[in-house]
Amino acid sequence: MSGQVRGCSAPGARVGAHPPAGGSRIRVQGCAGLARRRAIWWDAEGSGLGMSGYGFTFHGERLEARASGVLWWATERTLIVGDLHFGKAQRMALRGGGLLPPYEMRETLARLDAEISLLDPAVVIALGDSFDDPEAEARLLEADAAWLARLMAGRVWLWIAGNHDPGPVALGGSLVSRWQHRALSFRHIAQERGEISGHFHPKARVAGVARPCFLVDADRVILPAFGAFTGGLDCRQPPLSDLMGADALAVLTGTRARAVPMPR
Amino acid sequence: MQETLPDPLRRWLSGRGWALHPHQAEMLARAGEAATLLIAPTGGGKTLAGFLPTLAELGAAPAPGLHTLYVSPLKALTADIARNLRAPVEGAGLAIRIEDRTGDTSAAVRRRQRADPPHILLTTPESLSLLLSYEDAPRIFAGLRRVVIDEAHALAESRRGDQLMLALARLQRMEPGLRRVGLSATVEDPDALARFLAAGGQGCAIVRADPGPEPDIAMLETATPPPWSGGGGRHAVPDVLHQIAQHRITLIFHNTRAQAELFFQALWMENTDGLPIGIHHGALAREQRQRVEAALAAGQLRAVVCTGTLDLGIDWGDVDLVIQIGAPKNVKRLVQRIGRANHRYNAPSKARLVPANRFEVVECVAALEAVRARDLDGDPRGPGPLDVLCQQILIAACSAPFAADDLYVEVTGAGPYAGLSRADFDACLDYAATGGYALRAYDRWQRLMLRDGLWRLRDPRSAAVIRQNIGTIIDTETLKVRLRGRGGVPLGEIEEGFAATLTPGDTFLMGGEVVRYEGLRELTVEVTRNPGRAPKVAVFNGTKFATSTLLCDRMLALFQRPGWPGVPVHTARWLALQRERSRLPEPGRLLVESFPWDGRAQTVIYGFAGRNAQQTLGLLLTNRMEAEGLNPLGFVATDYATLIWGLEPVPDICPLLDPQRLREGLEGWLAGNAVMKRTFRSVAIVAGLIEQSRAGQRKSGRQATFSSDILYDTLRRHDPDHLLLRITRDEAARGLVDFGRIEAMLERVERRIDHVHLEMLTPLAAPLMLEPGRIPIHGAAREILLDRAAGQLMQRAGLGQLEG
Repeated sequence: MSGQVRGCSAPGARVGAHPPAGGSRIRVQGCAGLARRRAIWWDAEGSGLGMSGYGFTFHGERLEARASGVLWWATERTLIVGDLHFGKAQRMALRGGGLLPPYEMRETLARLDAEISLLDPAVVIALGDSFDDPEAEARLLEADAAWLARLMAGRVWLWIAGNHDPGPVALGGSLVSRWQHRALSFRHIAQERGEISGHFHPKARVAGVARPCFLVDADRVILPAFGAFTGGLDCRQPPLSDLMGADALAVLTGTRARAVPMPR
Repeated sequence: MQETLPDPLRRWLSGRGWALHPHQAEMLARAGEAATLLIAPTGGGKTLAGFLPTLAELGAAPAPGLHTLYVSPLKALTADIARNLRAPVEGAGLAIRIEDRTGDTSAAVRRRQRADPPHILLTTPESLSLLLSYEDAPRIFAGLRRVVIDEAHALAESRRGDQLMLALARLQRMEPGLRRVGLSATVEDPDALARFLAAGGQGCAIVRADPGPEPDIAMLETATPPPWSGGGGRHAVPDVLHQIAQHRITLIFHNTRAQAELFFQALWMENTDGLPIGIHHGALAREQRQRVEAALAAGQLRAVVCTGTLDLGIDWGDVDLVIQIGAPKNVKRLVQRIGRANHRYNAPSKARLVPANRFEVVECVAALEAVRARDLDGDPRGPGPLDVLCQQILIAACSAPFAADDLYVEVTGAGPYAGLSRADFDACLDYAATGGYALRAYDRWQRLMLRDGLWRLRDPRSAAVIRQNIGTIIDTETLKVRLRGRGGVPLGEIEEGFAATLTPGDTFLMGGEVVRYEGLRELTVEVTRNPGRAPKVAVFNGTKFATSTLLCDRMLALFQRPGWPGVPVHTARWLALQRERSRLPEPGRLLVESFPWDGRAQTVIYGFAGRNAQQTLGLLLTNRMEAEGLNPLGFVATDYATLIWGLEPVPDICPLLDPQRLREGLEGWLAGNAVMKRTFRSVAIVAGLIEQSRAGQRKSGRQATFSSDILYDTLRRHDPDHLLLRITRDEAARGLVDFGRIEAMLERVERRIDHVHLEMLTPLAAPLMLEPGRIPIHGAAREILLDRAAGQLMQRAGLGQLEG
C-alpha cells in the first residue's frame, strides 16, 4: 500500500499546517486490477430524491453524487460536503482589498439547507476548509451563525480539518483531522486509497460547458467545492490529472448529475 | 509679453525656413485663456501649436519646477513627442528639461521625477492618476501652469478620458491658475468636446486649423472580387503589393489584430520583390513594436500592416498612401486614418479602401459618399460613469484624508461630472467606504473610515492595492508568448482562452510568422518557429467597433437604388439576386427571413443596428424563444444582421419583436447573460471591487480565480439595487448592450416588419453562415445536447450500459 502523499503540492495547499494523519491505518477494500472498474459502478438512478444524482458503489458502499455537489450515503444517512469556505469575503475585506458582497455564506447555506431539508441526514461530514481561515468563525454574522446552528441541530456534525481552518470550532460539532466509518475514510486532502476528500475544487468541461464536478475512481472520491465564492481547478491539470486513475469518472454538477469519463 | 517666442527659438525656427501656421499663431495669442480646443488635421503642426505658449513662457533660462504637463493616450506618443520637442528646444539652446513618464519608465527615473520634476512632463492618464495618488502630489505639481491634452477626441470616447478629467479637476484645485489646451482631430461635435475639456463643463474657445484639400479617396480595384464572408481581405494581396511598390510608404490598416496577422503573412508569401514590410499591433511585444516604429521613422520600411495602434498621433514621415482593409465602420475614424497619409501639409491625402466581403463593399460605397459629403458620425457622450468616480475616490484617499464636501466640489469641476448629483456622489463614497451593501457587514473592516470629519484609508497598506489597480483599461486575460530556449525572444500575447485550446504541435500566427505551440511554462506560452505550415488562427482580443448609425442608414438607402451604379458588378449582382429570391432591407422597415438550413431552423433579422445592438437583439430574442419552447441553440451577430438557429422554426417574429415586451424582457434578461457579466467584470475592476488579475501575478489554480460572474449572480439575488449593478446596467445600455439602438430601430420600423419564410438560404443570409463568433445559448436545447454528449462519451468508454 502506498503511503505516499500525493497532490499536496496544489497551489495554496499548506501541507505543513496539517495535523498528522492519526488513527488506524486504512484497510483498502475492493479488488485490484481491471475487474474493479466494473465493480465500483452501480447505477445512475441515485436516491430518487430531488434533483437526480449519480449513484455508484465505492469500496462496497453505495453512494450518490448529487447534482448540488454534496455526496449522499443513504444507508448511513450521511451527507458529505466539500470546501465551504465560509467567511472568504470577510477575509478579503480584512486585508484591505475590495469589499466583496457579504452574501456568500447565506448563498452557500441556502443550498446546503435545501439538501439537508430534503435528505434529513443523521450525520453531516464537512470535508475541511469549511471556514476560509481560522478566524472566520469569529467573524460570522449573527444571522448566518444562527442559520448554521439550525442546520446542525439534531444531527452529528463532523468538521474535518482543512488547510485553511485547522483550529477547533466553537460552533458545535466535532473537529477531527480525519474520520473513518465502515470501509470509508474522510479527510481534506486525498492521501491514501479508499478516501473521500475535498480540497482541489475540481471542475470539468464537457460540450463547452465547465461545471464543478466529483472525481471518482476505484481509489478515491474527490468532491467539488460547495462554497459560493470558490473557483475551480480544471481536472485536466496536475495534480488532479496525476492523482486520478485512468478509469476515473467526472460527475458534473448542475441541473442534474452527469457522469463522463474524466476529461484528460 | 507672454505670446512672444524667445529669440533663440525664433531664430532657430526661421533658420529652418519655418513660419507659424495661422492656427499656431492663434494658439500663442490665446495662451492666457483658461482652456482652448484646437481642431486640426494630422500633420498640421498641432503638437507644436500646443507647446508654443509653454516655450514662450519658459524662455531661455527657466526656473526649476514643473510647468507643463502633456497627456496622451499612447505611451509611444509621449516618447515621440519628447524627441520632436527636444529638436527645437536643444536647437535653440533653451535650458528646458523635457521627460516622459509612463508605465515603461524605470523606477529609478520615476523616483527622481517625483523629487525633481522636469519643466515639461509627458505622460498618460494612468500615470498621471498614479502620481496624484501619492502623498506628495501637491509638492510634485506645485507651480504647474499648463496642461496639453493630445488626441482629445480619442480620449473623450473612453473612460480613460473621464478619468483624466477627474485628474485635471484635482490638479485645478491644487493650482487654480492651471490652463488647459486640447488637441483634436476633426470631430462631429466640437462644442461637446469643448464642454468635456474645460473646467466645470462650461466649454471654451475652439480654434480650427485649415482642414486642407479634399482627400483622394476611392475603393481599391482588385483583380479578384471579395469573398462572401470573412474579414481578411486576402483576395486583395497582389493589388495591395502593387500599390506598395508604387508609393513611398504605405500604412495598411486593419480592424482587428488577427486580421492584421493573417494579411501580413499572406502579403509576405507573395512579396517576391522582397519589399520591406512590417507589422504593428497591440498584441505584439513592446520590443517588436519599437523595432518597427524605429524602422518606419528611419525610412527603412515601404509598408506597415497595422491596427488602431497607428491611428493616433505619431508622425511617421513620408506616408503617402493609406489602405484600409475591411469596412471602416465609422466615417470619422476613416477620415482620421486617411489623414495619416500626410507626407506634405496641404497636399491631398491619398487613401484606398478594400472591403473584405460583399456586405462591406456596400458599406465602403456608403462611407466614400459620406466622406465626400463631409458627413461625420458620432454618438453623444453620456455623463461620466460612476465606476470611474469610485476609483477616483479611492485614489483621493490614497493621497490624503479628504472632506466629502470638498471632494464633491472638486469632481463636479470635471466636464463629464459637471452634472453629478450629490446623491450619486454619496452613493459612490459609501460604496468606496463600506461596500455599499444593504447588509452592513463590513463596519469593522471598512475600506475608508470617517475620522475628525475626514475620510481616510482604514489600513494605509491598502494604498498599494489601490495604486496597482489604477486605470480603466480592462485587459482580457492574456498569456505571454516566447520562443522556447534560454532567453527566448518575447513575441507578444495571446488570449488565455485561445491558449487553453492549444495542444503541443498546434500552430498559430504571431508577429507574422507561424509558430508551433510547445507548452505552457509559468504562464508563458512557449513556441518554436515553424515555417511553412498552415496556422491555426490566433483569436486576438482586438476591439470590434460597431458600424455607425450614419453608415447603416446610408447602406439601407443605397440598397433601394435601381441598378447600383458605383457599386462593383460582383456586388450589384449579389444584391440583384437577393432582390429576386427574397427582398432587400429598406429604411423604415425591418426584414426578417426564416428558412431551414444545415438541419436547423434559421432566422435572420436584418436590423442594421451595429454589432453590439444586433448581439443584444440575439440575446433578447433567444431568451424569449427559450421561454416559448422554440429551443434556440445559438446566434451570431454582425453589424447588419442577427442569425439565430434552433431546433424549432419561428412561425411569426412579430410578437417576439414587440418593443414593449422586449423592454420588459431586457430587465429580467439582464440577469444572466454573458454580455452583462462581462460589463460587470469591468465595472467591478474599475470600481476597485476586484483586482485585475495580471499575467505573472496570476496563480494557476483555483485560489485566484473565482469568477466575477459569481459575484454578479450573488449581488443580483441578495442586493439587486447595489450601486455596481446600477452602473453595470447604465454602462451596458449604452455600451456593449446598446439597447438604445435597438429601440431606435424598432421605433423607426414601428410595426412594418416583413417576415419572409423561404425554402432555403438566401443570397444575403449566406455570408452569415460563415461568420465566426457564434454564441451558444445555455438553455434547454443545450441541456439536451449535453445529455447526448455525456451519453456518447460513456458509450465510447464502454460504460454506456451503466447509465440508468
